[in-house]
Order: sequence, then structure tokens, then C-alpha cells
Amino acid sequence: MANSYLLKRADFIFRNENDWEKILSNSIKKKPADLINELISSELKGRGGAGFPTGLKWKLTSEAKSDVKYVICNADEGEPGTFKDREILSKVPYKVLTAMAVCGYITGAKQGFIYLRGEYKFLEEELYKAIDEFEYYCKEIKLEFKINIFMGSGAYICGEETALMESMEGRRGEPRNKPPFPSIEGYKEKPTVINNVETLAHAYTIFKEGAKKFYDLGVQYSRGTKLFSVSGDTPKPGIYELELGMSLQDFVYEFGDGDTKAVQVGGASGFLVPRKKFKDAAIGFQGKLTGISLPTGGSMMLFNSSRSMFNVLDNYLEFFREESCGQCTPCRVGCQQLLLGIKAVKRGDKPASYLDKLMRLTETMQLTAKCGLGQSVANSFSSIVENFREEMIY
Amino acid sequence: MSDKLNITINGFQVSVKKNTTILEAADEQGIRIPTLCYHKDLCIAGNCRVCVVEVVGQKRLSAACATPCEEGMEILTNSLKVRNSRKHIIELLLSEHNADCTKCYRNGNCELQELASEYKIMTQDFIELVPLKNYTIDAFSPSIIKDDSKCIRCQRCVRTCAELQGVNALTVSHKGDKMKITTFFEKNMNQVVCTNCGQCVNHCPTGALVEKNYIEEVWEAIADPTKHVVVQTAPAVRVGLGEELGLPSGSRVTGKMVSALKRLGFDSVLDTDFTADLTIMEEGTELLTRLKKALVDKDENVALPMATSCSPGWIKYIEHMYPEFLNNLSTCKSPQQMFGALVKTYYAKARNLDPENIVSVSIMPCTAKKFEAYRPEMHDSGYRDVDYVLTTRELAILIKQAGLDFNKLDEVKYDRLMGESSGAAVIFGATGGVMEAALRTAYEIVTGREVPFENLNINPVRGMEGVREASIKIEKPAKEWAFLDGVELKCAVAHGLVNAKAVMDAVKSGKADYHFIEIMACPGGCLGGGGQPIPTNPEIRQKRAEAIYAEDSDMPIRKSHLNPEVAKLYKDFLKEPLGEVSHHLLHTKYTKRERY
Ligand SMILES: Cc1cc2nc3c(=O)[nH]c(=O)nc-3n(C[C@H](O)[C@H](O)[C@H](O)COP(=O)(O)O)c2cc1C
Ligand code: SF4
Ligand code: SF4
Ligand code: SF4
Ligand code: SF4
Ligand code: FES
Repeated sequence: MANSYLLKRADFIFRNENDWEKILSNSIKKKPADLINELISSELKGRGGAGFPTGLKWKLTSEAKSDVKYVICNADEGEPGTFKDREILSKVPYKVLTAMAVCGYITGAKQGFIYLRGEYKFLEEELYKAIDEFEYYCKEIKLEFKINIFMGSGAYICGEETALMESMEGRRGEPRNKPPFPSIEGYKEKPTVINNVETLAHAYTIFKEGAKKFYDLGVQYSRGTKLFSVSGDTPKPGIYELELGMSLQDFVYEFGDGDTKAVQVGGASGFLVPRKKFKDAAIGFQGKLTGISLPTGGSMMLFNSSRSMFNVLDNYLEFFREESCGQCTPCRVGCQQLLLGIKAVKRGDKPASYLDKLMRLTETMQLTAKCGLGQSVANSFSSIVENFREEMIY
Repeated sequence: MSDKLNITINGFQVSVKKNTTILEAADEQGIRIPTLCYHKDLCIAGNCRVCVVEVVGQKRLSAACATPCEEGMEILTNSLKVRNSRKHIIELLLSEHNADCTKCYRNGNCELQELASEYKIMTQDFIELVPLKNYTIDAFSPSIIKDDSKCIRCQRCVRTCAELQGVNALTVSHKGDKMKITTFFEKNMNQVVCTNCGQCVNHCPTGALVEKNYIEEVWEAIADPTKHVVVQTAPAVRVGLGEELGLPSGSRVTGKMVSALKRLGFDSVLDTDFTADLTIMEEGTELLTRLKKALVDKDENVALPMATSCSPGWIKYIEHMYPEFLNNLSTCKSPQQMFGALVKTYYAKARNLDPENIVSVSIMPCTAKKFEAYRPEMHDSGYRDVDYVLTTRELAILIKQAGLDFNKLDEVKYDRLMGESSGAAVIFGATGGVMEAALRTAYEIVTGREVPFENLNINPVRGMEGVREASIKIEKPAKEWAFLDGVELKCAVAHGLVNAKAVMDAVKSGKADYHFIEIMACPGGCLGGGGQPIPTNPEIRQKRAEAIYAEDSDMPIRKSHLNPEVAKLYKDFLKEPLGEVSHHLLHTKYTKRERY
């Protein structure tokens, strides 16, 4: 199916009909269970990382027993070169606020937080203005829901949901053990829904247009649309809303410069797909070559034949070596070994077969690292080394 | 609903209680899963990842220490996948580690070394990261050496300092490859709030945090024919030392230890318990004096509650954290320092020795005592009162180096003049012991009767509860103590500085109206001190505590005021508790310190 799928642009997220008051007041007239079913049947999955079904997430928290619950909007957007969440928050903030409040209504949470990336401080003032107006309206319709902004500290790892909560609680941003999952034991050990900015914006669309309209877009397991940040060797870099499930071939026709050698799908934690496999790769949650996740930023980076894949990998590993929180052995030491290892092979200090040892190391990292960062280093490493082994050696 | 879960471990069906972790469930079946960041005293970190196991059907491995069992789980603790991953992780740790075991203080008692040996890591395929790291050694503290090149970043020390001690001297800084354990602004250990308690040393799995040892200095003193080397041993050493020498926890080795010390060549083997009894005389009198000032003279400036001052970790803690309460501390020096001041005065005179030629060594369960001995005010004899402080662990090293077969040694008694003690002194080694000893004596002084507890065992102040409260009503006191008639003496006992904090906060907020509080910096009191054998955990400390109380029960004298040598000391030298000589030699003052 993916093979014959044609590129389709969509326009849901940024289309603004200024109808948030209506959507909010109508939504909270419905039964929470009905709203949850709506979300579940839309098959919306999180746009922030792990692709967890959003309806199910809200359901878990709504069923958790606690007087205090929280909703957090994850606006840490740390993936290099992506800024789609920033665009959403500056262009259509009310959609996000509304979805948070509806989530609060469904789950029983009365407090929401926006965890805003430190570099986005300039958005804070405008956002607070919007929040003031929003909270005023909530009061008018007797919906008890407050939203605060929490400024992030600038570390990439703080985008990971449990590290984010640690940092909100005043500790060092280190991921926690899971279980317990945030839906049951999150911020301040209370049941917490945490969603990416874009996920919340899609939830708004679903509350407005109904589940079917969303579900009808995309393909099996990957429903709806998604924002992509297109960058690299492309004549048209930028943010695009596209239907999920398109083939990478179509994508490259549209965005490539005619000489595309490979595309990195999903940023540093994603997969590199070489030209000869473009046809087989679909962009979605269960793409054949891109694993089950569609990582954080929806970053799509194109490389043409002038690029050295060694340098590409070197950059990613440098990023991970620095951005690992450093707490767990496989990730902290593993990233250092991978980076030094490929350099040593390139210099000839280690034999080419050392790459195989490093591949096995990435397997261990995937199996044993504590959080998604360390677990996903294997994605770019193995897809680049497997497909461009010569470039690693010579 | 049943509170049991059915799981299989390595194919065998077992049933475990709900909320059991995989690690605990395996342990119940006699299956050991290797761990590094896990410690029974601490919260779960789940960061080293050596404890990973396979849960059938799951894509990733799970950290056994951090994963609760679930109904139907099929767990494999030794599958090929698990073994390979674990081996990888150990190799990674070693690649970042300055593994020169032969030059390492923890050689032979190191959790990393043990794992490397168990998994037969014979080669290092990964790139050596050590040369790239700019590791530093901080040896500025008189108590503790911190060597980052031996650190595996398990954060046990950080959790210890925060959770057990509430001090937070150690923190994690930086991220990624630069992540490390450090202090406020990367200052040296002697410049921060560190209390020198050594709990981080006791909880570190490797040689990254160790005591500063004075082994060679002591050997040199012993070998010097012009020196008279005196050694004192703290109460808790006698119930810990055995563990370092192959005996089970809770072994009582007092007699063998004295024998060993004599064979090592010390000129006189004496007992800190002697000055523990003396402390009771001084501190008990001080308490009664304060109570009199408060109740009879209505003196508003009397600082109550009075707090014990035997634990130098606690002293440094209060100096940093609650300097406004320094007047509440008893002015008594710790038994170690009373002993040091007397050795170079009273003892020197009685034995006709030039104090110049006396070297005073103490064997302590404690690393903070090293700092205490080094404090500038601890020179009241005219010399440095205690020259070298060795931990229980260092003593074990001396014994091994001397080639003594500890188990075969006969039981020998302490030398005299400052070698006699009571059961009240030995319980100084357990949390609540100073309180119990003080009550045994003070109550009897005031009422002329023994404390109203069976066999003198004041059970309400015993045990391992973090904070314990007790009160004892004074009835029918002797004439001169009539003002105490009907007074309910309120006491509190805390061990571990995090519990000290709870007590101090209660005092500070006015919620607590104690008269007397006993605080020990270490969990369990000195028996769980930072200089005691490694490992430590609640069960081990319990065994040591039982041994301490057994020592007490077996002593012919159980009350400090009945110690004949102490009586002789007052008669010949000090004259009376809180007298002028005491004041000069046995009491001290405290210093306000910064809070970072
Ligand atoms: C290293 C790392 C960084 C992450 N950074 C972000 C981020 O910047 N923004 C975000 O929304 N999710 C981020 N995530 C994913 C979150 O942990 C979490 O899955 C997400 O916020 C859940 O929201 P969703 O269900 O709406 O996707 C990150 C995950 C990892 C492992
Ligand atoms: S995988 Fe990396 S980022 Fe995640 S907890 Fe471990 S060290 Fe930290
Ligand atoms: S810390 Fe352990 S492994 Fe490291 S050098 Fe010392 S004994 Fe060897
Ligand atoms: S100093 Fe010791 S306890 Fe602390 S992190 Fe390093 S190895 Fe662990
Ligand atoms: S010695 Fe005690 S106070 Fe100092 S760092 Fe270690 S645990 Fe903390
Ligand atoms: S012992 Fe379980 S992760 Fe360290």
C-alpha cells in the first residue's frame, strides 16, 4: 500500500477558525467516556516520541485513583533543527490550551503545565496572555483548570517525560525507572498525562471534526497527519503537514534536490534510509525500515551525494555523547565508545571488524539502556553502518 | 484478592508477595543477580544496569532491582542475551575505570573487581577512556579521599549523603561523558558541608571514596624505640572487627582484639570505654546543672534541650546547619578526645613518661574522628591530643600485615590505668546507648535508686527506629535534687543525620520540649559508622547491635559511676565533674560554619 501512496499535504494544525471557545464548551458537555472513545477510535498516537495511543493514555489517568492529577504539555522540543512545536504554540496556542483543558475535564486534573524549552523564553509572555484569556473563559463556563508555564533548563534529555518531571520537581533531569509510568505516578507522584504539543493540537482537531475525519487520513497503524521539519539538501526546507504513510520515494520526489543519497527519518534517534530503499520505506509509525517509532521532531533530513555518511554519524554520536544524561552505563559509556570507535576504524587504529563489535554494543544499548535516548542510538548507528560500511572505513 | 503473584524464574514456578522486585524474588530462591548501584539502605536508582534480566516476551531487558514482579512473568536471569549484555556493561565500566587494582585501597573488597572476576573479563577490546578523562584525586580532607578515576557513577554516595544524612555534600554534575560526582562548585571535600561521617565511603562499591589511612605512620611510631605508643579502642570496634577478619557479623572479639594490638607492638592497649564512662560523669552532671539553672534559678539563657556531643559527624553537621543551636551541645569532648587529653597529662604523669614521647593512636569505627583529632582546639594537653586515628578497617589491615591468625589469638584484658569500663560505656556504640548510660547514672544520682527498668535495660531508647522518644519521671529524689521531684525528663534519640534534622527541626519550631537528646551521625550509631567493615546494611547493623548489648549484659559493672578507675581519676586528678581541670581538658567549644 505504501508503494502506491501519493504525497498529500494537509492543513489541519495551522488552520485557525478561532472556534476554541465553542469546542471547549461543547466538549465538556459530553461524557468523559465518550470523549475517550472518540480519541481511541481516531487511533491518534503521540507525536512526541514513543507513539503511544493518546486515548489509552488519557484513559489510564482518568481511571487512576487520586484527588490530584496533572496534565503536562511537553514543549521541550530539543531535537536539533526542529521547531514545529514552537510554530504551533505561537500560531495556534488556543488549540493546545483547549486540548489540555479537555484532558483535565476527562481525567479530573485541575492543573496543567507547559514545559517550555529554555530557548523559547520569548514565547512566554504571549503564551501567558493567551493563558489569562483562556482561564477567564474556563471560569465563565465553570471549568476548574489552571495552566502554568515551566521554563526548561536547556538539556535535551529533559524532553524525556520522566526526566522532565524530575526537573520540574527541582531535581537533576534524569529519567526515572518505568514502571511506574507517568499516567499512574507522574509529576509529584500523581497521575499525569504528558503529551507533545502537536499531539494536543491533533486532539483538538479530533474534538472539532470527529474521529472519523482524522482516522480516514493516513494508513493502517499510522492515522492522521503529522508535521515534518524538512531540512538538509533540499530546495524547500521548512515545516510541512503531511498525511502519514507516504512512501519515502514520493517524499524525495517532492523535497529532494535530484541527487538525494539518503534520508534520515526522525532525527538523530531515527533511521537512515539509503536511496536504494526509498521505495520500500513508508513514513509512519510502523515503516518497514524505520522501526515502530516516528521520533520526536518529525525531522526529515536529506543528504545528497556530496555528504560523507561518516561525518553524519560522527555528528549524531557527538550529540548523543553530550546529551546523554550520563546516569546509566550502556548509554554514557556506550556513546563514548561508539564515537571513539568509528574514529579509530577510520584512522586505521582498529580493524574494520571492530565495527561489528560496535554493532553488538548498540544491541546491548538498545536492550539495556534506561531510557529512549540510549535505546535508540542503535537506530542511526546500525542503519548508517550497515548501508555505508565503506564510507566508515575508507 | 490474593497478595501473591505466580511467576517463573529460570523455568521454576514460584510464588512471591506483591510489590516484590525481580531482584528480591530471585534472592528468595537463592539466585544472586549481580548489582552495583543497588544498596539495601538506599532508594532504587537503576542506573548501572548490570542487574538486567530477560522477561520472556519483552523486547528489552529489565533492571531486576527496579522492576516489580507481575503475575505470570517468566524471568530468565542467566540467558545468553542476559550474559552477553551484562558482560558488555562490565566491559564498558572497566573501559572508563582506572583499574589498577594492585594499587587500589579496595583491592580485595570491591564490587566491581568481584564482578570483573566473576565474568572473567580478561581482555579490554574497548578503547581505554581513562587517559582522556582528566580525573582528579581530592585528598584535602583529613578523613576522606575521593578518586574520580575509580568512580563508576552509581550514585550510591550521593543517595547516601542525601537520604541517610540529609547533608547533600555530594551531587551529580554535568551530563553525558562528563557526568561526575562532585561537590558544591567542585570545591574540595574539606571546604564543603561534608561532615566526614564516611557513610559514602561505607556505601561506595569501589575505591572511589576511601578513608585517608594512617597505617604507615602508625607502623613507624611503633618501630620508634623512643616512642611510647598508646592505643585506645572505641566501643563499636569490638563488634565489627571480626567481619574484616573472616568472622560472621555480630562476632564479639574484644579479647582477641586486645591480644592482637599487643602483638602489633603497642606499648599500652587501653579502652575508649573508660572515657565513655567519664563522659557520663561529666555530661550527666552538666545536664543536671542545666536543669537546675532552668528550674530553680529560672535562668532563661540555659540552652535546653542539651544535645550529646560524642559524634564528631553530628558536631560538624550542627556547626554547618544549625549554628544557632551550638549552645545546646554538651561542652563535653567526645570520649576519644577526652582520652587523648588525659593520655598526655594524667597517664603520662602516673606512668612517669614525657608526653612529648607519647604517640596516641585511636581505633575508631568512624572517619569523622580523624577530622576531630585534627581540629585546632584538640591540643589541650599541650600537644596534639590524639595523633593518629585508624578505622576498624585499618586495624584489620595492620593485623593482616602482621600475619596474625586472628582466630587463634587468646583473649586478653586491657591494660590498666584507663582500661577499665562498665557496660554503660560499651553501649555508646549503639544508637541510644549514650542516653541509656546517662539515664542509668543520672537517675541513680538524683534518686539514690536504680532506673526503673528490668536489668537496667532501658528498652524504649533501644532499637533502630530513626527517632525514638522516651520520658522518665523523677520521683522521691534525694534532698539536694528536690527541685526535680515529679519532673518528667523528656528525651529523644536520633541516628543518621537525616533523623537528626527531623529532631532539630522539631526543636527549632518549638514543637518538641525535650530536655536531653542523643544524636549519632551514623545509622545504628557508631556500630554502623563510616569506618566499620564494608558492607553495611540493616541486618548487619542489627547483629552488631545485639553483640553490643550482649557485651553490656556480661559486664560485671553496668553503670558508669561505679567504674573504679574513673573514681580514682577524680580522686587523684580531676577532683570533681565539671571542675577546673575537667573544664580545661575535657570540655570544648564549637565553631559556626558556612552552609555549602
Ligand atoms: C531523549 C528523549 C527526548 C525527548 N524529547 C521530547 C521532546 O522534546 N518533546 C516531546 O514532546 N517529547 C519528547 N520525548 C518523548 C517523551 O518522553 C514522551 O514520550 C512524550 O512527551 C509523550 O507525548 P506523546 O504521547 O504526545 O508523544 C523525548 C524522549 C526521549 C527519550
Ligand atoms: S539511556 Fe542515556 S539518557 Fe537515558 S537514562 Fe541512560 S544515560 Fe540517561
Ligand atoms: S576500584 Fe575495584 S576495580 Fe577499581 S582499581 Fe580498585 S579494586 Fe580494582
Ligand atoms: S564515588 Fe563510589 S558510590 Fe559514588 S558514584 Fe562513584 S563509585 Fe558510586
Ligand atoms: S562523609 Fe558523610 S557528609 Fe561527607 S560526603 Fe560522605 S556521606 Fe556526605
Ligand atoms: S543494580 Fe539494578 S541497575 Fe544497578
